Amino acid sequence: MPTNSGNHKQNAVNVREMIEEKRNSRNISNITEKLIPTILFIIASISVLTTIGIIYTLLSEAIEFFKIVPIWEFFTGTVLKPMSQNPEFGVLPLINGTIISSLIAMLVAGPIGIMSAVYLSEYATDKVRKVLKPLLEVLAGIPTIVYGFFAFTFVTPIIRSIFPEVEATNILSPGIVMGVMIIPMIASLSEDAMTSVPNAMREGSLAMGATKLETTFKVVIPAAFSGIIASFVLGISRAIGETMIVTIASGSSKNFTFDITQSMQTMTAYIVEVSGGEAAAGTTIYYSLYAVALTLFVFTLIMNLLARYVSRKFREEY
Amino acid sequence: MNQVNATKMEKRMHARIRKNNILKVVFLLATLFGLAVLAVLLVRVITQGAAWLDWDFITGRLSTSADRAGIMGALLGTVWLMVVVIPVTLIIGVGSAIYLELYAKKGKLQSFIQTNISNLAGVPSIVYGLLGLTIFSRVMGLGNAVLAGGLTLSLLVLPILIVSSQEAIRAVPKYLAEASYGMGATKWQTIKNVVLPASLPSILTGAILSLSRAIGETAPLTVLGIPALLIPFPEGLFDTFTALPMQIYYWTLDSSLVKEYAYLAAATIIVLLVLLFLLNSVAIFIRNKFQQRY
Repeated sequence: MPTNSGNHKQNAVNVREMIEEKRNSRNISNITEKLIPTILFIIASISVLTTIGIIYTLLSEAIEFFKIVPIWEFFTGTVLKPMSQNPEFGVLPLINGTIISSLIAMLVAGPIGIMSAVYLSEYATDKVRKVLKPLLEVLAGIPTIVYGFFAFTFVTPIIRSIFPEVEATNILSPGIVMGVMIIPMIASLSEDAMTSVPNAMREGSLAMGATKLETTFKVVIPAAFSGIIASFVLGISRAIGETMIVTIASGSSKNFTFDITQSMQTMTAYIVEVSGGEAAAGTTIYYSLYAVALTLFVFTLIMNLLARYVSRKFREEY
Repeated sequence: MNQVNATKMEKRMHARIRKNNILKVVFLLATLFGLAVLAVLLVRVITQGAAWLDWDFITGRLSTSADRAGIMGALLGTVWLMVVVIPVTLIIGVGSAIYLELYAKKGKLQSFIQTNISNLAGVPSIVYGLLGLTIFSRVMGLGNAVLAGGLTLSLLVLPILIVSSQEAIRAVPKYLAEASYGMGATKWQTIKNVVLPASLPSILTGAILSLSRAIGETAPLTVLGIPALLIPFPEGLFDTFTALPMQIYYWTLDSSLVKEYAYLAAATIIVLLVLLFLLNSVAIFIRNKFQQRY
């Protein structure tokens, strides 16, 4: 009998322990259940912190710069001589270089990108598209430094052998290469826009006797127009922010000129030149870095917001 | 009564069809243009660099004389960057994606974070360089060490990984999670044991793609002042380093002074492209092998 009751007692204790244990583990899992969302929220807010960090650093240092160089002088000045004895900080040469290189890039990427998109979405068979599209996207995956090397050691010599008056560093060659780099972006975004045009619209047009070409230009492209424009704007934004190609192939002359055979500096290339030159913190030239970067940031931000606005506002719903 | 002039009609029809056929070829040529440039670029790099690419080049130290120069330092630097970028982006990227997809209530806060992420994706990489220079190098005092470069690159590629992880999580069908809830699992248990394993292949694919973006990036590193000089091999997170893209950058710049440097740059580009190719192959392999369709 005593052994039996002893057993009984032991069992009872075990069960009680188990209940206790269960309650504890439930408590722990309750705590984790409550903690996890908080931890994840903190992690997710790092991206917001990044934005705040970017805006804060750019603004605070740029304000220091505008205390030394008046903001009006900065945005209207056509002379940029940061290294000279009497330095002048006019940002227009850089904005000019940025706009011209982006324009050249878009003259290459715009037409070719949209023609590729038309071919891929309207003419190519499924088999052909499945081969061509990933191949085209390889272009987008190549590091920009490789494009810079290509522009400097291959494209520039070719241009110079045809037009000897072109300088060793010029804005034309990086502009063209940048265009090639942007082709896949425009092609794939425009193609997405065109593919999302419903087939019923195409068939309606074809049934009326239109050729594929007429259908493409009179039905598909107008219907996909907002997406195509958005892809262009994103392409421009990409070209404005592109750094290594222009840094390597366009040199660092800060002339305010429209001659594409000459060397010009973009905003991005200026940042590389000045920061790589180890500008000591606290000097005017160091602060100018942030003023230029702020201008660049605002340019690309406007472009990105514009792209989103266009594709949302003018999207045709079917 | 006017009748349709059959011959005239046919003539016009033929012209329209011919136009269609001609432009079809033009469109095809435009598509092939990008690929032709890609081919020229690759052939050019390989013909210039292949002769210089041997074991001594890969394992050698940096040298001013072109014959003896090697890229082991840059290669190690890139590996060290990956050591920082991989854990940082995975934790922050996947964590943010889980929060946004599974915890955040649909509302102002969630759409604010979402808009913020898509805006960050459009910020030029050089601006991230300035952020890194100010915050990591100057304020935190990391200088141009591996950690400063790695953190800067991590912030740069985070938006890509967050968005791709979100898509991966969204692709997991609801009924899997419902089944888990039905068995009495809590939310976190469901995420840990059901949602994450199901979306892991897609998340890894996105992670590898963002990693390959990070190791090809040059602009932020130039802003941080990463050198390409005769420095000792990096051995830890706080050592000065150089990376493959920086090596290519300096050799390309100096190729107008020393002609051989162009070949060295080309050889380094081959190494970098092979590395990227391998990473992407792994990503494609994972996607094809482990991705389940529900």
